[in-house]
Amino acid sequence: MLEIEALHVEVAGAEILRGLSLHVPAGEVHAIMGPNGAGKSTLAYALAGREGYDVTHGRATLEGADLLALTPEARAARGLFLSFQYPVEIPGLATLAFLRAALNAQRKARGEGEMSSPDFLKLARAKAAALKISPDMLKRPLNVGFSGGEKKRLEVLQMAVLEPRFAILDETDSGLDIDALRVVADGVNALRAPARAMLVITHYQRLLDYIRPDRVHVLAAGRIAHSGGPELALELERSGYDRYGLAPA
Amino acid sequence: MAATNQTIEDVRALEADKYEFGFTTNVEQEFAPKGLNEDTVRFISAKKEEPAWMLDWRLEAFARWRTMQEPDWALLRYPPIDYQDAYYYAAPKRKPSLKSLDEIDPEILETYKKLGIPLREQEVLAGVEGAPRVAVDAVFDSVSVVTTFKAELAKAGVIFCPMSEAVREHPDLVRRYLGSVVPTTDNFFATLNSAVFSDGSFVYIPPGVRCPMELSTYFRMNAQGAGQFERTLIIADKGSHVSYLEGCTAPMRDENQLHAAVVELVALEDAEIKYSTVQNWWPGDAQGRGGIYNFVTKRGDCREARAKISWTQVETGSAITWKYPSCILRGDESSGEFYSIAITNGAQQADTGTKMIHLGRNTRSRIISKGIAAGRSNNTYRGLVSAHAKAKGARNFTQCDSLLIGDACGAHTVPYVETRTPHAKFEHEATTTKLSEDQIFYLRSRGLPTDEAVALLVNGFVRDVLQQLPMEFAVEAQKLVAVSLEGSVG
Repeated sequence: MLEIEALHVEVAGAEILRGLSLHVPAGEVHAIMGPNGAGKSTLAYALAGREGYDVTHGRATLEGADLLALTPEARAARGLFLSFQYPVEIPGLATLAFLRAALNAQRKARGEGEMSSPDFLKLARAKAAALKISPDMLKRPLNVGFSGGEKKRLEVLQMAVLEPRFAILDETDSGLDIDALRVVADGVNALRAPARAMLVITHYQRLLDYIRPDRVHVLAAGRIAHSGGPELALELERSGYDRYGLAPA
Repeated sequence: MAATNQTIEDVRALEADKYEFGFTTNVEQEFAPKGLNEDTVRFISAKKEEPAWMLDWRLEAFARWRTMQEPDWALLRYPPIDYQDAYYYAAPKRKPSLKSLDEIDPEILETYKKLGIPLREQEVLAGVEGAPRVAVDAVFDSVSVVTTFKAELAKAGVIFCPMSEAVREHPDLVRRYLGSVVPTTDNFFATLNSAVFSDGSFVYIPPGVRCPMELSTYFRMNAQGAGQFERTLIIADKGSHVSYLEGCTAPMRDENQLHAAVVELVALEDAEIKYSTVQNWWPGDAQGRGGIYNFVTKRGDCREARAKISWTQVETGSAITWKYPSCILRGDESSGEFYSIAITNGAQQADTGTKMIHLGRNTRSRIISKGIAAGRSNNTYRGLVSAHAKAKGARNFTQCDSLLIGDACGAHTVPYVETRTPHAKFEHEATTTKLSEDQIFYLRSRGLPTDEAVALLVNGFVRDVLQQLPMEFAVEAQKLVAVSLEGSVG
C-alpha cells in the first residue's frame, strides 16, 4: 500500500533521511522506533508534504499514486492521514465545524457529494462517543485549552471521521497517562481494517503493548537499520538503541 | 495632474463605452457641472427641491469648508485630491446601465457567485437596466410584500425615507437633529459632506416603539444611487429600539472615487440603536491603482440616560478607509459599543477605529477590534477612550487584535486613553499575531486547500465580531472575509 524507496530528505539544508526504504502492505500496522533525532518525525512530515521538508531523492507512493507530486491537501484526499505529535490549537474554529469542513473538502476533491448536516452530526457524535469525547468538547475551538489526552483523542476522532487509507501516528503516546493511552489505543485498534494500513511512530515500547504491530522497524541515522516482528520492540526496550546509533554514513 | 485624477479618468474611460447603452436624451440634467463652488451647492439644493433653510445650511458649511485643511494625521498615503476635478451631483441614472448580466465583468460575477447572491439581486447590484423592480420582487417575493412592509412601518409610526424626502416632509425633525451630532464645522470631510450631500436615509422611531423589522433588507435595495456624499440621520426617541444595516456584501460598481459620508445617530432616554455596516467597495487593483477613497464620519450621541448605541462594521473594501464610528456617552448610565473587522489586502490602506467619549456618570463602553492585514497593505487601529471630569464610574474595555498574513503588510495600533476623573476604569488589551504556518499546514493535512484553511483561520480570529452582526448577514460576511483574502497565502 505505502511504498517508500530510497528517500532522502533535507531540512534547512541538513540531510535527515538518507535513503530510507519501507513497504507497508494493506491491512498491516508497522511501528517505527528509534532514538531522538533519528528522523522519525521528519519521515512523517515529508510524507504529509510539509513545507521545508525537501525530498532530494527517492520516491513514495500510496496505492500507486506518487505522493511527492501532490499538495498536502491532495495527499489527504487520497487517504493519507497524519496524527500530529503536537496537535495545533486554532482559536475561534469550532471543532465540529472544522471536522465537517475537512470531511467535505476531501469528499469534494474525490468527486463525492458533500455530506448533509444531519448525516454528519450523526456520524461525528457516534464516533466521538466511542472515544469518550463529550458533545461539549466538539463545540469548543479546535484543540484550544484541551489537555494532552484530549488532543490525542481528538486526533483519533479525526482519523475515525475521515477514514483514511493510510494513517501515520506520530508519537501518539507522548503526554498520555495510562488511562488516556488505553482509550486512544482502543480507538486506533477499532480502525484497523484489511483495506487500511498504519505506521506507528514511537520512542517507547509502551504504546506497542496496546497497538500490536505486525512489523517493527528501527530508524537510525536516517534509514531503516533493522526490521523484525513485534518481539523486536521488546528487545529494544531491554537493550536500547545504542547498537543502532551508527555514525552517519 | 495628480494620480488620483488620472485614476478617476481611467475608470471613466474604462466604462465609457458602456455608458452609451443607458443614456437618454435628458442626460445633461443628471449632472452638476464638474467642480465645486457655491453654484454647485445651489444646483444640488435646487435639484432636491430643498427649502431655503436647507440651502443656507449647506452654503454655511461650504463657506466653512473653504477655510479648512484636509487632515493628514492618519497613517494613509495617497496623492493629493483635486476637489475641483470631480462631479458633486449625479443622479442614479448616470450609472452605466447594462442590458443584462452578460455585459458585466466576469470577475465581479464570480464574486457574486461565491457570496451566494441571488441572480436577480446580482442584476441590481451590477446596475442592469430595468432590474430594480424585478429585484425587489426577487427579494421580497412580490411588490405587495413591499407595500405591506411599508404599511407595517407606518402603523408603528416609524419614519423611514430618503433624506431628501425627510427635508421636505419632516422639516421639524430634520432641523432639530441634523448636524446636532456631527456639526457642519466638525471636520474637513464632514463639512464637505454638509455642503454637497446628495442623499441618504432618514429614520425616526417614535417613543416606546420597537422597530418591527431590521431596517436592512429594504435598505439593501435603496442603497443604490445614494451616491458618494451620503447623509444618514437616525433618531431613536425615548424607549425605542432600532437595528439598521447599511451596505451590502457584494462589490458595488461605482465610478465615484471619493466618498465622504456622514452618519448621525441620536438615542434618547432608554433608546437603543444598533448600526451595522458591511463595506466592500472596489479596493483598486493589486498595484494600488484605482479604488474608492472612503472618508466617513460616523457618530452616535447617547443624549439621555440609559441610551445605548452599538456600531458593528465589517470593512473589506476601498483603497483608502478613514473611519471612526464613535459614541458620545452623554446620558448617565448610557453605553456604547464598537465591534470591528477591518481587512486589508493588496495595496489597501485602512486607518479606522472609534472614539468613546464618556461624559455622563456610570457610562460604559466596549471596543472589540479585529484588524487583518495581507499583501502589501497597511491596517491601523486608532481609538480614543476619554472620560470627562463628571464621568464618575465610567468603564471601558478595549480589545484590539491584529493578524498579519505574509511579511509585506503592516498592522498598527494607536490607542489614546484620557481621563479627567480618578473614578474611571479603563482596560486595554492588544495582541498582534502572524497567521502561523503550523496552523495552515495542520488544516491542509486534513484535506483543506490553502484558501479554505486561511478562511477558517481568519473567520476564527474574527468570530467575536461576526456574532454581533444580524443573522442574515453574518453568513454572507463570513464568506466575504474568505473572498477578500483569497490568494493571500501560498
